[in-house]
Amino acid sequence: MTVFVIRRLMQAIFVVFLMSVIVFFGVNVVGDPVYMLVSPDADQADIEAAIRRLGLDRPIWEQYFLFLKGALQGNLGDSFVFGEPALKLILHHMPATLELAFSALFLSIVLGIPLGLFSGLYPDNPVSKGIMAGSILGFSLPTFWVGLMLILLFAVELGWLPSTGRGDTASIFGIETSLATWDGIRHIFLPALNLSLLKISLAIRLTRAGVREAMGQDYVKYARAKGLSTSRIIFVHVMKNIMIPVVTVMGLEFGSLIGFSVVTETIFAWPGMGKLLIDAILQLDRPVVVAYLMIMVLFFVLINLVVDILYSILDPRVRLQDQGA
Amino acid sequence: MTDSTIQSVAPASVKVETPFQRFRAEFFESRIATCAFVIFTIIVLLAILAPWITPQNPYDLAQVDVLDGRLPPGSEAFAGYTMWLGSDGAGRDLYSAILYGLRISISVGIASGVIALFIGMTVGLLAAYVGGRTEAIIMRVVDLQLSFPATLVALMLVAVLGKGVDKIILALVVAQWAYYARTVRATALVERSKEYVEAAQCLGLSRMRVVFGHILPNCLAPLIVVGTVQTAHAVSLEATLSFLGVGLPQTEPSLGVLIANGFEYMLSGRYWISVFPGIALLLTVASINLVGDQLRDVLNPRLKK
Repeated sequence: MTVFVIRRLMQAIFVVFLMSVIVFFGVNVVGDPVYMLVSPDADQADIEAAIRRLGLDRPIWEQYFLFLKGALQGNLGDSFVFGEPALKLILHHMPATLELAFSALFLSIVLGIPLGLFSGLYPDNPVSKGIMAGSILGFSLPTFWVGLMLILLFAVELGWLPSTGRGDTASIFGIETSLATWDGIRHIFLPALNLSLLKISLAIRLTRAGVREAMGQDYVKYARAKGLSTSRIIFVHVMKNIMIPVVTVMGLEFGSLIGFSVVTETIFAWPGMGKLLIDAILQLDRPVVVAYLMIMVLFFVLINLVVDILYSILDPRVRLQDQGA
Repeated sequence: MTDSTIQSVAPASVKVETPFQRFRAEFFESRIATCAFVIFTIIVLLAILAPWITPQNPYDLAQVDVLDGRLPPGSEAFAGYTMWLGSDGAGRDLYSAILYGLRISISVGIASGVIALFIGMTVGLLAAYVGGRTEAIIMRVVDLQLSFPATLVALMLVAVLGKGVDKIILALVVAQWAYYARTVRATALVERSKEYVEAAQCLGLSRMRVVFGHILPNCLAPLIVVGTVQTAHAVSLEATLSFLGVGLPQTEPSLGVLIANGFEYMLSGRYWISVFPGIALLLTVASINLVGDQLRDVLNPRLKK
């Protein structure tokens, strides 16, 4: 077991290192940020001073080693545009993204599981067919287009909900969040719904498949024969069995929610990491782009590491197969 | 020669059905799939015929009049024709712009789909046939890549590469090849252990011929299904990236670029500039997906009645 964990850890470190090389060299080959940041009437001396200040006069491999050295000390360089450390900027924007992703996860569980349960219990009901058709749409509609339609309907036509920004925030347990104020909740509802649509569809499908399989099992027949009420069978016995896979998958999807939030944040002008990334790409703010990508790589590598280790604890075959390969 | 012997054996009263005819009959059994197929065909035809069936070339500046800007659907353009879908901020007829946009969206989607298919197919076949260390390394890379959402991979790549048609296609190919590689490898592993492969090897056929001439044709069915779904995904992903402003430049206005251009006008109630290109995108993606679903059902031997 220890050997397995160490091997996986080494692999994870290797991946992060490899990605840092790819990301850094890739980003630094594209575009020249100096001309964007120095005012057009600056003379040659000003430009050279700026180049030296940004460290752009050194050879690229030296820039990379400085970057690597800094990265290991938690310093990913200063933003060209804001003049602040890139890591600090990203961490500053991270709570807004996490808040959005958690709200979306919450919505997808709260909406997806009951709908999936209903369509699994009554597969021939017209409502269930409607739910399933809806979930197919949820899979094939592009997220950004649904976001536009939500804005058009709820913000422009009906005027019920605001469509941009985070609204008033207040702090709960020392965390600044939109969920603490009514205005904030009104602001988060549309982006969270937009981000969760794909996951709602996923939750519906998983729950439905689970329920349909469980209803034919012996333990359900036995519970019926014992004379338990239908609601007790469903909410106690069936739910207990189907919740484990559903919750596992939904938890794993959390990472992709953070990835997808780039799109939603841009549409709803939500001040999170994703919007920061898009702004940074458009302004050629290389340190922020590199820092964001490195944080995402680290994040996903960590998720996968944890999942791998958990699986190997739950299912020893995973571990043994790995040793054989 | 073989054809004639088969025909002479078959009794005259039994209608001989080629595999393609059977496939076609099964495919069109589903009304939804038929509709989707018809819609997709129409969309492709509209895109191909765009220069001949639109009132203006929206990217020929001589034909565009700024005074026509932001007209609602059904208005009459300065040049005399009716703009059934309205016009955008620069005075382009939206109907024309959408058809020209479809050309770009669909060609980028198909180009990236086909390139990713070939790369993924070759790598997957190689992994399955060679095995051993090569396979382990290839599959590690595939697993690694599939652990990141495709949207994020593509976004990372455009962040690194910048804008442009070639760069978007490259980003989409890199984001998608792994799906093909995984599918092909899984199917090829099953096929490799079958007797016909052993027979081919015993005949002394070259490796290339065994892999590409014998194993590959038997892996095509799942590959086609994945290819359809991934192409739909590529179209949608390109639109997303272009909408975010990191995909195609303004000079290559795909549907995503058109929707992004309309976004700024939407809050002031000029819905049509974003909505109509959006509907075109939606119909394209949904129809390809539905065709893919039906292909999966028809081509999957486990679901055969």
